[in-house]
Amino acid sequence: MSSPSDVAIRSDLDIVIARTSARDVAKRLGFGAIDQARIATAVSELARNIFLYAGSGTVSVRLLDQLGRSGIEIICQDQGPGIADIPLVMQDGYSTSRGMGMGLPGAKRLMDEFDLRSQVGAGTTVICRKWRR
Amino acid sequence: MDALRIPILKIGNTLITSIQTELHDASAVQFKDDLLERIHTTRAQGVVIDLTAVDLVDSFIGRLISDIGAMCGLMGTQVVLTGIQPAVAITLVELGLELPRIHTALNLEKGLALFQSKPEGIGYEQP
Repeated sequence: MSSPSDVAIRSDLDIVIARTSARDVAKRLGFGAIDQARIATAVSELARNIFLYAGSGTVSVRLLDQLGRSGIEIICQDQGPGIADIPLVMQDGYSTSRGMGMGLPGAKRLMDEFDLRSQVGAGTTVICRKWRR
Repeated sequence: MDALRIPILKIGNTLITSIQTELHDASAVQFKDDLLERIHTTRAQGVVIDLTAVDLVDSFIGRLISDIGAMCGLMGTQVVLTGIQPAVAITLVELGLELPRIHTALNLEKGLALFQSKPEGIGYEQP
């Protein structure tokens, strides 16, 4: 069985490491090529948000096994500035940086479950899941 | 870190480049700068960017490709993307990045044929 992984995000190279490791886990779990790409792309968006807004943080990849369903869970945590207006950042096209404002809503569309929690001054945690069909 | 540069080849009036490595943000930006510089020095009329080996395009790379199309257009050169994998096309549309102004072709051969059959390049629709 594939082992879960934790990747520290400190540079743009770590974004590549995080998405590659998520893709590897998804592949070993038996996700198809298209879902592997969805998962890796979502991780890339979330890891980039950590790098751009918080400077550093972690991306953890976990295996899920609930009632015979298997899936993948991605946990992205940072101790950055936090998000004051969550509905605003979940809008398509909203961005405060050089991005296109697709990171968070895009990642949400690519995954099955998406939970964003944030506290101003304390940090942000995103937990998202994708289940094997 | 000194990123491995993506080779840019010239055949006739066309530049051909194939992305074969995992792109991180800095190497993607380096590629954009290298490509624009090569267009300027070679006066290429067309650029084919082959993405056959690329298995992930996130919003950063997608925006960069969109920017390359716009910048090349300003310089008078046309860009064709070739070989986009099904998974990449699906994730791009789901992300909301459809690259509407970028020309595409199924594979490198068909992309090159676009420039060879029309020596003036691909006509953008006139407003």
